[in-house]
Amino acid sequence: MMIQKENMIIRSVTNIALDTIEMVLENTYISKTAIPGQFLHAAIEGHTLRRPISIADIDQEKETITILFKILGKGTEKLATYQPGMTFDALGPSGNGFQVDNTRATYLLIGGGIGVPPLYYLGKTLAEKKCNIVSILGFQTEENVFYEERFQALGKTFIVTNDGSYGETGFVTDIIEKAGHFDSYFSCGPVPMLKAITSKLPTKPGLISLEERMGCGVGACMACVIPSADGKGYQKICSDGPVFHAQEVSL
Amino acid sequence: MTNLAVRLPGLELKNPIMPASGCFGFGREYSSFYDLGKLGAVIMKAATGTGRLGNPTPRVAETASGMLNAIGLQNPGVEKIIENEVPFLGAYDTCIIANIAGSTLEEYEKVASTFNETNLVHALELNISCPNVKEGGIQFGTDPSLAQAVTEIVKKASKLPVYVKLSPNVTNIVEMAKAVEAAGADGLSMINTLTGMQIHLPSRKPLIANKTGGLSGPAIKPVAIRMIYEVKQHVDIPIIGMGGVSNAEDVLEFLLAGASAVAVGTANFSNPYVCPEIIDALPETLERYGFNSVEEAIGKGIMSV
Repeated sequence: MMIQKENMIIRSVTNIALDTIEMVLENTYISKTAIPGQFLHAAIEGHTLRRPISIADIDQEKETITILFKILGKGTEKLATYQPGMTFDALGPSGNGFQVDNTRATYLLIGGGIGVPPLYYLGKTLAEKKCNIVSILGFQTEENVFYEERFQALGKTFIVTNDGSYGETGFVTDIIEKAGHFDSYFSCGPVPMLKAITSKLPTKPGLISLEERMGCGVGACMACVIPSADGKGYQKICSDGPVFHAQEVSL
Repeated sequence: MTNLAVRLPGLELKNPIMPASGCFGFGREYSSFYDLGKLGAVIMKAATGTGRLGNPTPRVAETASGMLNAIGLQNPGVEKIIENEVPFLGAYDTCIIANIAGSTLEEYEKVASTFNETNLVHALELNISCPNVKEGGIQFGTDPSLAQAVTEIVKKASKLPVYVKLSPNVTNIVEMAKAVEAAGADGLSMINTLTGMQIHLPSRKPLIANKTGGLSGPAIKPVAIRMIYEVKQHVDIPIIGMGGVSNAEDVLEFLLAGASAVAVGTANFSNPYVCPEIIDALPETLERYGFNSVEEAIGKGIMSV
């Protein structure tokens, strides 16, 4: 679907975990066209560069899009002050999302921190296709945990915190054995986590979603690139990705 | 009717607005937002002799009223650009300016002469000012005698008019401008980005992997205006102005300072429609400040001593 510049109307703003904001936005075009794994390139007042924020959920009937973001700098700090009724413009739906075929299979979702949100809309879409879903969600500490119940509604869900303050202790990769059989996996999170997962599961088919500081967000400026696994160049995260086959890029 | 047309060496511009090199790729991505035929011209992303992979990431960082970038001239090489990219742009009713870069005089010469193989390109923009690669031309952009040498070689190798893109990272911009004019440049393009750095407090490291990057956006506009204003009084060749342009008022300011046409860079990232929006707003802006045409406004801000 073509990227358009769309006006997003804020319907709700909720602080759902430490420095983590959930925002429900209303927009017809994006709600009708976006697929899991795509993102919004959000314009924030007073900022030169847009901020890429992944789509966490869509309600096509209500024409709403849910985004989750972590306050990490001045841009997200400003966005977090926006109130219901306010609007901002976003380019979207941006990027290539998770391509899901119609096979009924068992999928493992592995999310880390603010990489968890895009997996929720993916999981929901897979659940509608009657797939089995197992989720492993990793967070730094208890106060960072969000969406546990939502993922539980989709299937068996493991929560792991680095310090053991909630759920299992350690990293998402420590839990993979406990997840049981799965046919393929989907993952989003920090690069070290993705690296650990793809090297632990070298033969499993998997799709991973990446993030990077972006310029244009449409594939023109070459700011957000990742080396191809074949060493012959770069892939553009904003337009070739953000979702890639696990073995397609060099993390 | 306000006349937006400008005639420059090699370029019959229907309006003075063009996306700046490096901010617009080769036009494909932005062609899904609007008809590129609306633009006065398109300046393509830099071409080098062979393909370059560019710098490690992060390659961009936001700053107050601007951004730093250190892409590192990532491009597929001049031959692939002519084969795969130029024909796409050539299908639009707009002028094409090819930005060329290199690490050696020989590479510049090769890139310039290779562009003779297509008749779809109207002019070259000679990039002697990329601050982001060790050998990307900046050495040619800060030494007047080297700037003169590379301009002479490119002029000799190319059948196209050559606009030399000047670096603001110099003490005496007028001296640089005069040197390339003497070497046969048909025009100037100014300014490129200003070298800068930003340090990330939690990690204590520069935000950009290349450490330094080129500062662009509204933050650098006053520097661009000042440099164009100074240079215009000392050269006879036309200037394509750039540096933080984001609306039609900015365009008029560049015209008043002495630019004959204006490139828009970073603003494309904030608003992909910025170029057509500026073009639509320009007639009214010119009229509001008492001009009937773009050409009438060029250099009108320069106060005679």
